[in-house]
Amino acid sequence: MLAFLVRRTIGALLVCAAVTFIVFLIFIVVPGGGPHGTAERIAGKNATTQNVINIEHEWGFDRPFYIQYWRLMNKMFNGTLVSYTSQQNVLSQIVDGIPATFSLTIGAGLIWLFFGIVVGVISALTAGRLSDRIITVLALIGISMPVFWLGLVARYYLAEGGLMTFFPDGEYVPLTQNPASWFAHLILPWLVLAVLFIGFYGRVLRGNILDTVNEDFVRTAKAKGLTPRRILLKHVLRTSLIPIVTLFGLDFASVLGGGAILTETVFDLHGVGEYAAQSIGNFDLPPIMGVTMYGAFFIVGFSVLVDLFYAYLDPRIRPT
Amino acid sequence: MAQRTGETEFTLDPSAELAGETAASEIRGRSPWYLAWRRLRRNYVAFFSLFIFVAVVLACALAPVYAHHVAHSGPNSNHILEVVKVNGHPQSVVSVGGVIKGKLVASLPIGPTWFGGGGKFVLGADGSNGRDEAVRLLYGGRNSLLVGIGSSAICVFFAVVLALLAGYFRGWIDFVITRFFDLFYAFPVVLLGIALGSALAINGFHHFGISVQSGSLWIPTLVISYVLVPYVGRPLRGQVLSLREKEFVEAAIAQGASPLRVMFSELLPNLASSVLVFFTLIIANNIVLEAALSFLGAGVQPPNPSWGTLISSGRDFIVTRPWLSLAPGLAIVLTVLSLNVFGDGLRDALDPRAKVKVQH
Repeated sequence: MLAFLVRRTIGALLVCAAVTFIVFLIFIVVPGGGPHGTAERIAGKNATTQNVINIEHEWGFDRPFYIQYWRLMNKMFNGTLVSYTSQQNVLSQIVDGIPATFSLTIGAGLIWLFFGIVVGVISALTAGRLSDRIITVLALIGISMPVFWLGLVARYYLAEGGLMTFFPDGEYVPLTQNPASWFAHLILPWLVLAVLFIGFYGRVLRGNILDTVNEDFVRTAKAKGLTPRRILLKHVLRTSLIPIVTLFGLDFASVLGGGAILTETVFDLHGVGEYAAQSIGNFDLPPIMGVTMYGAFFIVGFSVLVDLFYAYLDPRIRPT
Repeated sequence: MAQRTGETEFTLDPSAELAGETAASEIRGRSPWYLAWRRLRRNYVAFFSLFIFVAVVLACALAPVYAHHVAHSGPNSNHILEVVKVNGHPQSVVSVGGVIKGKLVASLPIGPTWFGGGGKFVLGADGSNGRDEAVRLLYGGRNSLLVGIGSSAICVFFAVVLALLAGYFRGWIDFVITRFFDLFYAFPVVLLGIALGSALAINGFHHFGISVQSGSLWIPTLVISYVLVPYVGRPLRGQVLSLREKEFVEAAIAQGASPLRVMFSELLPNLASSVLVFFTLIIANNIVLEAALSFLGAGVQPPNPSWGTLISSGRDFIVTRPWLSLAPGLAIVLTVLSLNVFGDGLRDALDPRAKVKVQH
């Protein structure tokens, strides 16, 4: 297990190094435009000529590419990356947004995992034509509906200012400030973000359960005379949930870098995603650089954790 | 079960083919494609979805006709100061706002006229520019579909080439290509799309003699096709690797076939069904991705309409003029759902055992 951990960590560090190069390529090299053009892009819309010249010099755009890379990494790792449009430090803005982003994604993740498992178990127990159809339809709608549109519609119809008022309208209230209000403000975003995954997870789990019930160890458990409930919970479900764990790890990461950005924007939750979205609107590149790189770092680290958990759950796939 | 055995006769497994020859009189002329077609034909839901998708494509392709002959407007023509007769009553396209439903609005565009306006402003006007929303919806659909279909074609093309190279040559070429795929798994698709889209949206792409202006549709198309290559390439590579071990490939190599010949006339035909399914499902996926990027401002750039930008600009009027954002959203759901249902049907028809799916 320790060897696995060490190897996985070294691999992750290599990936992180490559991520920094990709960020450099995406934002500095690929768009091109010469030293001045690059500086203009970083400076944002309202920059004066002097600002652009300063940036060109400060970031080393008039120097060879390895100096440019070095200076960019310096700014990233020292946390001195600054948005030239708002004059704010990117890292501190991202740190400020983290509570909202994680409140949203963790809550939504728990909801879709819980309901996904419930739906999957129910449909596997009642495997027949109707439950099949309903779950397939749910899963298909889930991958076909843009989450930001669902959010807009939900906010318009169910939150304050809309047609019917069941939920408070958008905004994020810190947990430490008022837990009840935190919860009330997050219910709708949670549901919007989670609902699209429930059908999909239900469908996957249903397939896994139906595959597992034919395994030998389930027959053994039956032959031992265990109750159906115990067989389901202790033997079938535990095995069937393993692929769900990996899937959840992948989806949670992709929601952090996708669905959460859109949901936060729609509901005005002041998280990292909304910060990124606002920066895109202003064509303000440094925050987008920061969010992309720190986000990718987080996801690489997170996938190491998922792999470790996976190896703990299922000794068969534990690499030596 | 009878259907299952019928199928195995058409896998490119030589022993199955030899066995099939004895019963050649019964199965003459039935290619795998014909069998797939026969299975697909029975799937009415898939056919209905294909019909809906084709209808959406046709409607969007005919956008200029609608704009010219029905709405008498263009996708970007302003009608701020004009007055339209709705059911005989004149109404200004953009009226002065005020406090409406508890919110202060600077100006209020005309709402949907449905059939009362003689074809003008069927879905109302968009925001304070007074542009015809229905016209923009169709033109936006054209852009969304162009980006969706174009990016899928490019993405699938590169994924197939990379998969063939990696799976055929194996060794270090495979190592480099798989590491490249793995690396891009570190970035969530939307985040990578945002990064590339916003970096390129400012002054375009000017390299290697290729010059793409910042407002061009090529930017979202290329960005989306690029970010999804690993998601198509990795499963295809797996398929190539297993096909590579089959006897017919060995036979072709023994006959002295060049690597290119093996890749394109031996391996590629066997990938065709997966590629087709991937292509369909990736279009659906890319339309949603394009909408998300455009909604955030990193995709199709204004004044070009697309379904994503329409939802984004309709957001300001969500309370007073909900149709401005409802209509493009419904268009996305309809198109993408029909493509996904058809893609599922196609997959079941081509290879009922395949597990081709787009996931990220």
